[in-house]
Amino acid sequence: MTLLGHLSLWLAFLVGLWGAITGFVGGAQRRADLQQSARHATFALCVALLVAVFSLEYAIFTHDFSVAYVAGRTSRNLPTFYLWSALYSGQEGSLLFWAAVLSIFGVIVQTLTSRRHRAYLPYVAAVTSLVATFFVTVMLFTANPFQRLPFTPLDGNGMNPQLQNPGMVFHPPMLYLGYISITIPFAFAIAALLTKKLDTDWLVAVRKWTIVSWLFLSVGLLIGMWWAYVELGWGGYWAWDPVENAALLPWLVLTAFLHSVMVQEKRGMLKKWNLALILGAFVLSIFGTFITRSGVIASVHSFTQSRVGYYFLVFLVLVTVGSAVLYATRLPLLEADAKLESMVSREASFLFNNLLFIGLAFSVLWGTLFPILSEAIRGTKITVGPPFFNQVNIPLGLALLLLTGIGPLIAWRRASTSNLQRQFAVPATTGVFVLLILLVAGMRDVGALLTFSIGGFVLATVSQEFARGARARHRQYNEPLPLALVNLLSRNRRRYGGYIVHVAMVLLFGAFAGMAFKTETQATLRPGETATLKGPDGHVYAFTHLGISQYNALNRQVTAALVDVTRDGKPLGRMRTEKRQHVDALGRPTFEPSTEVGIMSGLRVDLYIVLAGLVNGTEQAVFRFTINPLVWWVWFGGFVLVLGGLIVLWPGGAPLAIKGPRQAGYGVKLEPETVGRYDGMTVEQPDRRIDNV
Amino acid sequence: MGRPPEGWYNTSMKAGTKFALGAILIVGAVGYLMASGIKQTGQYFLTPSELAQRVSADPSFYDLGMKIGARVVPGTVEKETATQTLRFHITDGTVSYPVVFKGLPPDTFTDSVEVVVEGRLQKDGIIHATDVLAKCGSRYESVPKA
Repeated sequence: MTLLGHLSLWLAFLVGLWGAITGFVGGAQRRADLQQSARHATFALCVALLVAVFSLEYAIFTHDFSVAYVAGRTSRNLPTFYLWSALYSGQEGSLLFWAAVLSIFGVIVQTLTSRRHRAYLPYVAAVTSLVATFFVTVMLFTANPFQRLPFTPLDGNGMNPQLQNPGMVFHPPMLYLGYISITIPFAFAIAALLTKKLDTDWLVAVRKWTIVSWLFLSVGLLIGMWWAYVELGWGGYWAWDPVENAALLPWLVLTAFLHSVMVQEKRGMLKKWNLALILGAFVLSIFGTFITRSGVIASVHSFTQSRVGYYFLVFLVLVTVGSAVLYATRLPLLEADAKLESMVSREASFLFNNLLFIGLAFSVLWGTLFPILSEAIRGTKITVGPPFFNQVNIPLGLALLLLTGIGPLIAWRRASTSNLQRQFAVPATTGVFVLLILLVAGMRDVGALLTFSIGGFVLATVSQEFARGARARHRQYNEPLPLALVNLLSRNRRRYGGYIVHVAMVLLFGAFAGMAFKTETQATLRPGETATLKGPDGHVYAFTHLGISQYNALNRQVTAALVDVTRDGKPLGRMRTEKRQHVDALGRPTFEPSTEVGIMSGLRVDLYIVLAGLVNGTEQAVFRFTINPLVWWVWFGGFVLVLGGLIVLWPGGAPLAIKGPRQAGYGVKLEPETVGRYDGMTVEQPDRRIDNV
Repeated sequence: MGRPPEGWYNTSMKAGTKFALGAILIVGAVGYLMASGIKQTGQYFLTPSELAQRVSADPSFYDLGMKIGARVVPGTVEKETATQTLRFHITDGTVSYPVVFKGLPPDTFTDSVEVVVEGRLQKDGIIHATDVLAKCGSRYESVPKA
C-alpha cells in the first residue's frame, strides 16, 4: 500500500504540473482543448491524492509500523477514535491532508461555479493545481509520509497524550479547511487579474467561498480555544501563542473583507482594497503554515524543526512577489466608480472598520514577528507576550465593537441629522443605561465597563434593526410579528445573519472581559480537608478533597482525585481531576504524565480544578482551584457566531423583489426591485439609481 | 442630486480629507499602542551565556524581567510537591544557572527538555522564575496546528 501511495504522489505531482501549465496557457491563448484538459487535471489530481490519503490511512489502521510516519505517531493501543487523526497529527501527513483537501475544493469549484463565471475557471484550475503541486513537491522531496523504516518496530511510539483529546479530531481539520479554502478566493482573484475581468463579477463568484473560509477558521479557532482551555498548560483559551496568532491573522483579514466587499457591491468603491485583502489573506495563510512548520518562532504548537520551512519560505516569497507584481500591473483597471461623499455614511464606517481590522492584524503580526525582527535589526532578541497583545488589541477591539453598533445605523452615502437622531436614540440610551447600572453595582474595571456598555449599545442596535424590519413587514404584508421576523431573517440572510454574528461578537467580548475577574488559589489537602475560595460572583466556594483512586485504563494508568464542591454551604456536586501516565502495549510508560483538569461549567462561573500532584505518594494532594467567570459565554457566543455564519451561507432563499421601501432604517430610500439573485444568495445590486431619490 | 448638506459634519472640508484625517488618527493610534506596548512589555530573550555577559557588563540586568531559553540539566530537577516548588539548572552548554519556580510546571516539563524560563535573575545568582514553558523533546512532535 505504501508503494501505491508513493506512486500516486508522483502521479499527483505530474498531473498537478500539467493542470497548472494547461490552465495558464489555455487561459492565455483561449484554447478550449487546453482549458478542458486543465479542468480534467483537477479531477485526476483529486483522485490521485485521495488514493494517497487512503494508502496512508490503511497503513495507520493496519498498524504498518514499517512506515516511519505510522510508527512515529501511533501505537497498537491507541484508541481507534484517534487513529484517523494520526493522518494530520504530524508534518508529513498534514501536508498530504492539505493537498488532498485543496484538490477536493478544486473539484467542487470546477463543478459548482455558475456559467456566468466560467471564464475564470481555467486560471482557477491552474492556481489550485499549482498550490497543491507545491505541497506534493514538499512531500516528495523532503517530508514523504510513505518513508519506510529500515526495520519494522513491534509497536509505534504512540500519540502525544495532549493530542488524545476530542479537540484533536475536530480542531486541526476545521482550521485546515479554513486555511485551505482561502486558496479558492485567491485563485479567483488571480484569475480576475489575469483575465482583466475586474468588475464585481469575481467578487460574486467568491463571496460564498470567503464566508466558507471564514466560518471554518472561526470554528477551528473556537474548538482550539476550547481544547486549550480543557488542556492544562496551554494557558487558558487564548494565550497569544504565535501559531494561534497565525490562524487569527487570515481570520481578521477575511472579516475585514466580508465588510468591505459590501462597499464595492453597493458603491463600486474599494476595488483595489478588496483584491489586496484576498491576496493578503492567502499570503497570511501560507505564512501561518510557514511559522508552524519551520520552527523559526518558539511556540507550543510548532512541529520539529525541519527543512520543510525553507520550502514554505520560498513559496511564501514567490507567492507574495508574484501576486504583488500582477496586482501592481492591473492597478489602473481598478479605479473606483464613486467617491466618498461624507464622513457620516455607511461606507465611511466600513472604511474605519477595515482600518481597525487591518490595524489589529498588523499589530498581531508585528508582535508575533518581533523576536525575529529585533534580533535581525538590533542583534538582541526581544519578545512580547500576552501583555503586549492585550494592551494593543483591547482598545482596537473595543473600537471595532463600537463600530459594530454604529455602522448599521448610518445610511449609505450621507446620513442626515434626522436619520442619526432617529437611529441612535434607543441604542445610545441603552449603552449609557448599562454603564450606569454597572457603576452603581460597583464595577470599576474600565475595560469591563466599556465592554459591557458598548455591548449593550450593539445589542440594542441589532434589536432595533430586527424590530423595525419585522414591523415594516407586519405593516406591509399584514404578517403577524413572529412570522414577519422569521421572513425578515430568511429573505435577507446576509444582512440579518450578519447581525446575528454581531450579537455573537458582543457575547464573546463580554466573556473575554469576564476573565479580568478570575480568582485562584492553591492548596495541599489531605482527604477530608477543605479549601475555600471566594468567587467573583460573590459566592464562597468550598472544595473538599475526598480521596485518590488509581486504576488502569485502555492505554494509561490513571490517578484520580475526587473533590466535593459546595457554594455557600449548598452542595454543587463532585468534580474529578486526573494525572495520566500513558503506557505502551507492554505497560511501559510512554511520554510524560499528563493532567486532566476538572471543570464544572455554569452561566456565571466555571470551577476549574487541577491535580498538581501527590505528596510522596500519599493521598495528600496538591490542587489548584480557579474560578473563571463567564467562560460558558465564550462557547455560547461561538455557537451563535456559527449559527449566524450558517444563516448567511445557507443556499436558496430570497424570492425576488421586495416591493416598496426596502427597510426602515435606511436614510436613503432605495428603488424597488433592487434585490437580485446571484448564486442563490440575495444581494442588493450596486445601486446606481440612488441619485433619483 | 441628493438632499442639500445639513448638520455639523457637512462643513466645507471634503469628505475625503476628513476621512484621511480619521485614518491618520487610527493609524497613529495603532502605531502608538504598538510602540508603547513594546516599550512597556517587551522582554529580552537571552541564552544563559548572553545573560552572563550582559550581567557582568551592566548590573542593571539583575532583577530585570526577561526570558531565558535553555536546556534543563539532566538530574538537577527537584520537585517539592507540598510547597509546589521546582528547582532545576538550565544551561546552553557553556553557562548554567539555577532556577527556582513556584507553581505548576507544564505536563511536558522533564529534566531533558528545552525550556523558556520567564523571570528575574537575582543578586544571589538564582533565576526566580514566574513561568516555565517546555518545548517538547525530540521523541515526538508537538501539537500540530495548521
